[in-house]
Amino acid sequence: MDKKDRLKLVHWVVDTARKKGADDASVTFSYERDISVSHRDGELEELSESTSNSLGLAIYANSKYSSHSTNDLRKDNLQKFIEEAVAMTKYLSKDEYRTLPDPKYYDYDENIDLDINDKSYSRIDSDRRVDIAKKIEETTHKKDKRIISCTAGYGDNHFETIRVRSNGFEGVNEGTVFYAGVEVTIQDDDGGRPQDWSYATVRHFKDLPEVEYFAEEAIRRARSKLGQTKIESGRYDMILENRNAGRLIYALYGPLQASSIQQKQSFLEGKKGERVGSEKLTIVDDPLIKQGLGSRLYDSDCIAAKKRVMIDKGILKDYYVDWYYGRKLGMEPTSGSRSNMVFGYGDKSMDDIIRGTGKGILVTGFIGGNSNSTTGDFSYGIIGSYVEDGKIIKPVNEMNISGNLSELMMSLTEMGNDPYEYSSMKSPTMLFKDVYFSGI
Amino acid sequence: MYQIDRRKFIKTGLSGLALAAVPLVFKLDPSKAFAAPGGNGMLKDYYRHFEVDESTIRKIMSIALDKGGDYCDLYFQHRIGNWIGLEDKTVNQAYTTIDYGVGIRVVKGEQTGYSFTEEITPKAMELAAKTAANIANEAKNIAPVELTYHKTPNYYPIKTIWEDVGIDRKIPYLQKINDRMFDKDNRVIKSQIWFSNSSDYILIATSDGKIVHDYRPMASIYCSCTAEENGKREQNGFTLSARQGMEYFTPENLNYLADEAVRRTVNLFKAVKPEGGEMPVVLEAGRSGILLHEAIGHGMEADFNRKGISIYADKMNKKVAEDFVSIVDDGTNLNERGSINVDDEANDTEKTFLVRDGVLRSYLHDRISANYYKVNPTGNGRRQSFRHMPMPRMRNTYMLPGPHKRDEIIESVKNGLYAEAFSNGEVHIGAGDFTFYVKSGYLIENGKLTKPVKDINIIGNGPEVLTRVEMVADDLKLAESGGTCGKNGQWAPVSLGLPTIKVSSITVGGIS
Repeated sequence: MDKKDRLKLVHWVVDTARKKGADDASVTFSYERDISVSHRDGELEELSESTSNSLGLAIYANSKYSSHSTNDLRKDNLQKFIEEAVAMTKYLSKDEYRTLPDPKYYDYDENIDLDINDKSYSRIDSDRRVDIAKKIEETTHKKDKRIISCTAGYGDNHFETIRVRSNGFEGVNEGTVFYAGVEVTIQDDDGGRPQDWSYATVRHFKDLPEVEYFAEEAIRRARSKLGQTKIESGRYDMILENRNAGRLIYALYGPLQASSIQQKQSFLEGKKGERVGSEKLTIVDDPLIKQGLGSRLYDSDCIAAKKRVMIDKGILKDYYVDWYYGRKLGMEPTSGSRSNMVFGYGDKSMDDIIRGTGKGILVTGFIGGNSNSTTGDFSYGIIGSYVEDGKIIKPVNEMNISGNLSELMMSLTEMGNDPYEYSSMKSPTMLFKDVYFSGI
Repeated sequence: MYQIDRRKFIKTGLSGLALAAVPLVFKLDPSKAFAAPGGNGMLKDYYRHFEVDESTIRKIMSIALDKGGDYCDLYFQHRIGNWIGLEDKTVNQAYTTIDYGVGIRVVKGEQTGYSFTEEITPKAMELAAKTAANIANEAKNIAPVELTYHKTPNYYPIKTIWEDVGIDRKIPYLQKINDRMFDKDNRVIKSQIWFSNSSDYILIATSDGKIVHDYRPMASIYCSCTAEENGKREQNGFTLSARQGMEYFTPENLNYLADEAVRRTVNLFKAVKPEGGEMPVVLEAGRSGILLHEAIGHGMEADFNRKGISIYADKMNKKVAEDFVSIVDDGTNLNERGSINVDDEANDTEKTFLVRDGVLRSYLHDRISANYYKVNPTGNGRRQSFRHMPMPRMRNTYMLPGPHKRDEIIESVKNGLYAEAFSNGEVHIGAGDFTFYVKSGYLIENGKLTKPVKDINIIGNGPEVLTRVEMVADDLKLAESGGTCGKNGQWAPVSLGLPTIKVSSITVGGIS
């Protein structure tokens, strides 16, 4: 099937659903090609290559709603699939809020080029893929004699998503993703085998970092864990490294969603216009960044994408409101899901921030933990380094941070100038004052 | 438990949505696989269902091994999943999913080539086989042997397959649970109840001559409760999940589900956060088995050990815990969430002792690691779906009962924590650090459970914590909710279990 065939099929599904009794239908067809390679300890380890298709169908019939997905695209089976999908919907309760969005929200700007589809994708052959993984692995392995094992990988993905809504939307989104990385385990004298990794994901092949970057970063990180121990419980400044800050910020994402608010599971309910963090906390959702990993012209409701300030200098400005929960809450839809998250950045590097810290813990990784979106309570395991008088003193592990997100966000005192590049969550290094760490 | 009537296999489509009053389109009666003469009565049906036969499979295998691979397998899968949801007191959402395809894997030593296709035609399979074959590059050519049907036991007998249960039968269950939750406590303000079930039809053929099929049912009801008291809100939930049929959801079970969801939520209003730091922790029998899953289970998966990256890589046959500690990973528990009749590489499943009487005894193997260590496979080769390559995964991981009593364990603690409900955990297998998140529990003060506690993470080091398991009670229980385990981007249903145990010291998250 080529793109034309897929589009034809999608329209056929929409028409068939309506013929069978749906008032409205929404159909999404995803096509993906995934190729990945890994190389471990001098040998090609895994080679994987496949194509997947998936057809998603949502039925709106007589104020009732259901959704369905299948990858069995044989026409007879699809016909039956659609009939049963419509028939099944009848058994559900009416829900007047379930409709397709008002088409006025569909009006996205077709002329914007997000530049997320790398045309050079088709020119990358299998040998090249294997070669990248192999070079990263070999380069890393040479860095340290204490390496027990080292696995490097490369992969790419080409996708095309077609969305058609029976009340007047059609859109095709095509793009590419390339990623490479390495993980390395080294022997510690105390019997431990600390592991760390470096990894990069980009939209354009040419933007993958050099082999040396992966090798250097992974080995530096793994070495920094040698001899790690837990230290005394107490209050320390927390310097949160950019690549891990996303995990903590993610705890705010659930409570910012209209679904959580409507279900009374958000500690941020009713806080619009109020202070939810310190002056330093600014979060912007920007779907229109060129080559961004979260970039898009419209979301899964097909609502045209717009840049939105979510939190401005600590004041809550907006929620993530999808069409359905927006109607339930009587709120204007924004988007039910995040795209690229960008922050209000400061002017210091992570090293500058460390230099300015009297007694702190540099957190370089989280392990487990969770947060409660209803109350904002959280507790996470951490790995990192103890910092004293502006210097990294020793590696720490086996400690927890616990508290409430409202309080933690108020203690944010510094944002770095270093947004993490390889994620749609472009968090910088963040400094929080006086966070309670439990250890010994 | 088995139905006697042989169901008619109607092959007009594959959609298999479970709905009422519409003729069913795909049905294989799993129970018949064991009742039929010779045990392979169902094999023909599986062949017909996936539109393949032995000669096609062997031809594809020859192509897969054409470049010098040692071994290959074909994994055919058809998954039918149904989900319905209650929100704001009505069942107003449903979701169904169908996934269909075949994965082709070629192994050479420790190397793997993999491809899958969602179109099960000879042409598409040939292409996938050629792709997977590329892992090898040698002139030697091992021909696949004749396929012999491999009979399996049935660890998940059910009365009615899920394709026979219409949505109209499930809806009242959710409404009953919802009503009971709101009746139970006037502080309840919201409920969300999700009913999901799935059927997996699987056919596996291996180049060393095995052909085996399996029907894997799964059912879960998750119940979320939000309550309000004096302007304060709390949310919690409870799940029942197992490889079961509709008969699992008895009125007693539904009531229990509703009651637990409410009890665990309203309890949180009184909850405090403990003072953080090292302290003795008593783990309640049941889902506390998450401790074993993170502290030792993952580290004992043989892929991490053959690569030398697990903290347990040099501990085999060494004493790792007190004599009364025995830990198993078991695929054979009746109707448990992590049970499998056969693993995803066509190997028989079993009860594997990770630790026996305090001594480390066996890793959890897939085919590659069993070959590497020259041991028998343990039946732990599992995969998320035909899209994924198998690797060593846990099944139901639990500790065997010990010599102590629950009460005496609690009484032995002066100041500590009693952990009751858990949400998630994680482990770094090289360093051995692991965590699990305690959703709720109690403080122990002078040998008694006192104030409820909530939302705290516990962190420890696997091998160290094993040596600190000081007491083990005789009240082993498996988790009613099971769990879902993630590894290298693949998800697998598992279960967990533990008797009440005491860990003498571990770091508990908390406040100053």
